[in-house]
Amino acid sequence: MIEIKDLHKSYKMGSNSLHVLKGINFSVEEGELVAIMGSSGSGKSTLLNILGMLDVLDEGSYTLDGVPIKDLNETKAAQYRNKFLGFVFQSFNLINYKSAMENVALPLYYQKVGRKERQEKALKYLEQVGLREWADHLPSELSGGQKQRVAIARAMAAEPKVLLADEPTGALDSTTSYEVMDLIQKINDAGNTILIVTHEPDIADMCKRIVHLKDGVIVEDKKITQVRASQYV
Amino acid sequence: MRFLFDGNTWQEIFGSIGKNRTRTIITVIGVLWGIFIYIVLSGAAQGLNNGFEKAFQNVAMNSLFTIGRNTSMPYKGFKTGRQIQLKLNDVTVLKNRIPEIQFIAPRNVKGIFGGSPAQVIRQGMSGDYAVYGDYPISTKIATKKIYDGGRFINDEDINGARKVCVIGERTQKELFENDESPIGGYIRIDNVFFQVVGVHKYTPGGGFESDSDIYIPFTTFKKLYNTGENVGWFAIAAYDDADIVKVEENVKSVLKNIHNVNPKDERAIASFNLGVIFNRIVGFAKGLTFMSLVVGIATILAGVIGIGNILLISVKERTKELGVRRALGATPREVRSLIILESVFLTMLAGVMGIILGAGALSMINKLTQGMDFPYSNPTVPIPYVLGALALMVVLGTLIGLIPAQRAVSIKPIDALREE
Repeated sequence: MIEIKDLHKSYKMGSNSLHVLKGINFSVEEGELVAIMGSSGSGKSTLLNILGMLDVLDEGSYTLDGVPIKDLNETKAAQYRNKFLGFVFQSFNLINYKSAMENVALPLYYQKVGRKERQEKALKYLEQVGLREWADHLPSELSGGQKQRVAIARAMAAEPKVLLADEPTGALDSTTSYEVMDLIQKINDAGNTILIVTHEPDIADMCKRIVHLKDGVIVEDKKITQVRASQYV
Repeated sequence: MRFLFDGNTWQEIFGSIGKNRTRTIITVIGVLWGIFIYIVLSGAAQGLNNGFEKAFQNVAMNSLFTIGRNTSMPYKGFKTGRQIQLKLNDVTVLKNRIPEIQFIAPRNVKGIFGGSPAQVIRQGMSGDYAVYGDYPISTKIATKKIYDGGRFINDEDINGARKVCVIGERTQKELFENDESPIGGYIRIDNVFFQVVGVHKYTPGGGFESDSDIYIPFTTFKKLYNTGENVGWFAIAAYDDADIVKVEENVKSVLKNIHNVNPKDERAIASFNLGVIFNRIVGFAKGLTFMSLVVGIATILAGVIGIGNILLISVKERTKELGVRRALGATPREVRSLIILESVFLTMLAGVMGIILGAGALSMINKLTQGMDFPYSNPTVPIPYVLGALALMVVLGTLIGLIPAQRAVSIKPIDALREE
């Protein structure tokens, strides 16, 4: 599904350049649930941004679902993001003047899906995350866990190839975190490919594979036995 | 284009506009004020224009009056200070020599320029009124509205020097009973009986005529007051396309020639050029219209710049939201269109409201000035001007919206998402 070869990325900071990613080789099969771990400054967010086409790579190659991702301009990147990727952010990033349903329907709007179909789909995904009754509520009327579930529904609504989650539980307490992880595991069980950036070991243990980054290189990449989040809920 | 008619596009726009109502309202007021000023000013200018035209509607626009005065230079053996007396023969000469003249009406009056007004008596009631000796052609230059059942002086009156007269509204009121028809009745003008053939309706608007004037045939006037071939003054109307200033010069030089006046004598022949005065007033109204256009457009511009300013702030505040949208797959084009449409929508909303309020204000001014002696009537703004103003606002709204729209897409989505 994802194939990365010899990926380099550096940022220019004035006259110095900061080499963040120093040759990453990494691939993800369909249906995997991968945790990317590392301390801050290890390059894990940069990697996720490149995977999410929010940032461009300097060297190396990136292939997503057989499509080489290169020579991106903003318009093309936007179209690829819309078609291939779903995002879940630490701070939820829901649009605060739109109801839960409208938030979920937004990526479909950019896919040029008709209004009625959009609403039906949005309701379907809200149902899946257990928030059907909250469809007309504004984000400000939802708890943190509910907001993240709406965000996950929004990411899933576009039916992406890969779901990218950047510290999805970073702003939540542990009980809520496990609820969200339970949801993510269920989505993964349904066959979806998911990448999670986290620095919490217990969250990483709930994935099927852990990739450790340190100073811009992968230091460890191992398959693990998944801890089911449902046992904590 | 599909974008424009998609209900969801508008939902997006209303959503973001409605987010900060107070700010939106204040922004809208800026442009609203601009278009309001524009509509009221140009409507008022048009109203004045209409008012002037109404005031002059009974007078040929391209007309002038000329009268004989005293010479100020000796010429051909005549000494200074000689009174120039216009004669009936001058008419033919003027018409022959100046082809631009359409109508020429010789007129006489008693009781305006010196001389006492005629004493008019009817059945014990009496009054002093100005009496004019007129040809029918006089009405071609200054229209006389005659009340139903009556008529103005006609050619047969002239040929027969008939003792008929047309009286004014006030004359009728003062000499006749309310319920009695003056037509066919007799009045005594300076001891001569005249039959009334018509009553003229007085329309205000320049000149020295009034609602009590009595018109009698020129030939009758001549007999009554022994004026012979003398003419008080000429009322001359030129063809519409003629240059009235040139006609005036020509008339003067022809008259000087006939009456042996030094061509350089500026005083001997006096004239009053209505065309020039009228052109000046029309020019004034036109200037007013132009000024209102300039002021209106400038105010609209200021308002639209205000909208651009507010949208810049709004885009800055919504950096993160726009970042999310782009992460979800909004192309830069779609983000840009969203901001521009917001700008255009706000401008249009303000424009339409401004036009409605402006129209309201105009109709109020119209009501207040009605019945006042003020040259102002039916203030209107032509539809093309209104549409033009709206089109201008759409264009300006788009142009000004480009700035915040460009700002919105100039930030990379990743930086926008990081913004706190």
